[in-house]
Amino acid sequence: MPELERDSKAAIGAETWESQLRRTFRAMVVARTLESKLSSLYKAGKIVGGVYIGPGQEAISASIGSCLSWDHDIFSALIRDQAGRTAFGEPMLDATRSYLGSVKGPSRGRDGNIHRGRPHNGLPAMISHLGAMVSVVAGMLLARRIKGCLDGVVGAASVGDGASSTGSFHEAMNTAAVEKLPLVVVLTNNQFAYSTPTDRQFACKSLVDRAVGYGVPGYEVDGTDLSATLRVISEAVSNAREGGGPQLVVANALRLSGHGEHDDASYVPEELRNSPVGRDCMEVAEQQLLSTGLITDAELLEWKKEAAEEVQAAVAQAQKEPAPDPFADDWAVYASTEIAPV
Amino acid sequence: MGEITYIDAIREAQHDLLSSDERVFIYGQDVGDFGGAFKATQGLKKLFPDRVLDSPISEDAMIGLAVGAALEGMRPIIEMQFADFSSVGFNQIVNQAATQFYRTGVPSPITVRLPSGGTPGSGPFHSQMMESVYAYYPGLVILTPATVADAYSMLIESVALDDPVLYLEHKFLYRWLKADQLKDGKDPLPIGHARVVRAGKHATVVAYSAMVHEALRAADLLALEGWEIEVVDLRSVKPLDTDTVIASVARTGRLLAVGEAFPWGGVTAEVVSRVTSDGFHLLDAPPQRLNSRDTPVPYHPNLWEAHRPTLESIAAAIRNLLQL
Repeated sequence: MPELERDSKAAIGAETWESQLRRTFRAMVVARTLESKLSSLYKAGKIVGGVYIGPGQEAISASIGSCLSWDHDIFSALIRDQAGRTAFGEPMLDATRSYLGSVKGPSRGRDGNIHRGRPHNGLPAMISHLGAMVSVVAGMLLARRIKGCLDGVVGAASVGDGASSTGSFHEAMNTAAVEKLPLVVVLTNNQFAYSTPTDRQFACKSLVDRAVGYGVPGYEVDGTDLSATLRVISEAVSNAREGGGPQLVVANALRLSGHGEHDDASYVPEELRNSPVGRDCMEVAEQQLLSTGLITDAELLEWKKEAAEEVQAAVAQAQKEPAPDPFADDWAVYASTEIAPV
Repeated sequence: MGEITYIDAIREAQHDLLSSDERVFIYGQDVGDFGGAFKATQGLKKLFPDRVLDSPISEDAMIGLAVGAALEGMRPIIEMQFADFSSVGFNQIVNQAATQFYRTGVPSPITVRLPSGGTPGSGPFHSQMMESVYAYYPGLVILTPATVADAYSMLIESVALDDPVLYLEHKFLYRWLKADQLKDGKDPLPIGHARVVRAGKHATVVAYSAMVHEALRAADLLALEGWEIEVVDLRSVKPLDTDTVIASVARTGRLLAVGEAFPWGGVTAEVVSRVTSDGFHLLDAPPQRLNSRDTPVPYHPNLWEAHRPTLESIAAAIRNLLQL
């Protein structure tokens, strides 16, 4: 993406709504293009392990990332957050290197796929245990409060309907509320946790009802609608930035893929796919931007072409890099050099 | 014996850490104005109001929060009210804290204080030793101070280390164990070094935490019978100082490993395994282990005394070892 569109001032209010909407949509285009490629590579046997993608959730994810500034805010991206990672500023090479097992990747082949991060830039690396990252973001925020540099900072954590059932999620929400930390938790209800539908996941009417229990503001939005989603997430982020404490946003959408690319999602009922929650947020967003004149057909084509080129280059780069060498890896598990491995 | 207790050492170490290092903060249940369930943080909230913080009863979030703060350059000390409750924070300890450096190259220097071990009447959920469970996981440092001076210096060192440390402080030693001074005048041994606390030639007893004192008392008893028993205090169960243990076995030819933890696997099994593998030729008798019984820790003092290793059961195990 061009430098101009990654301007970090954007997230702290100096950017027009139209510009942010365009920037957010562009991250969605890039993410969809990248994830389609990753899926193809997986199906061609070029990726070891799993591939986890977020089609149908890009509007939600990208909206989180576009409201935050790299090296300033904090974003715990989860399993379906390629769009948010892109919008936040994670280099695309981090993704292709992780998936393709380059030793130059952020975890040097020690971890793969979506378990990558750059903690020093505000992007902690997720663990697979759902809900567990929310308290990590809270801790990063608390540290900045103690250090006296929390002003104007927001930490966002992405979770799903499945994560909302964990004790870890509950403990972290409650802790953040007690500490009044500027934490925005965006809970994407994508209707399925792997194959488990929402009626086997929770019994409340809407997950936003939980906000009352934590004593934090709650928002609910149609996550297939980019414009609406970006507005709601922006509002929640602004409120947190201005001292309003934790915010819980519930965004509804349908996961338009399997849990991972190994899963054909045959358990998703056809009626749900054809219902409003099953809309593809990419198509909705495209129409929104085209119909309001925020983007032209020609520009969209150009964006897609540039995204494809960027993806191709990032894949090619990672593919030509060496894989980790077990004889060259130091296998160090301790950061302290004074501890001998005994 | 002097007037400085083991818990004084822990409180003083935390005071000195907060005073000397702005990256340090303490987070835990009731650690603020109340001063902690065992008074390990007494008075610290008044001196450092922004860095001694009460937490909700949320062990998972406490550890997750500590890791997040560590990623931001802080040096958090988490007080688990009882080691037993760290099971609720287990995932964050073994999957979040322990894997962080290996996966991302960014250190996760947290210190988790675990008030550990049995005291009369504490029962199944306020008596556990958790070192063997955590030692299983790569990336964690597990310290088990047995003296007042070690309680002080090892807590200081825990916070200085760039890695996640589980600091097991034994509740039985809190007020019973006393010393003349906080520091014993010698340079503290580095992390990962065991100490020979009593020299002998007939058998080696390897112990750690409160069991060091039971082992020393057993050695006193055996001395009356003419046996010279060497006692090694591991101090740190991970890293484990195999060299000091094997050097001791080379002198005595016999080994008894004593731990208060449950008997299945764990630290004593690891000690026996290492000595058997690396020092089989040094052994004059099969190496022995003594742990607690394989049941939950019982409540009643009569049962508890028969559940964990004590002076008497250690002495009996040594006598048995000497006859093998």
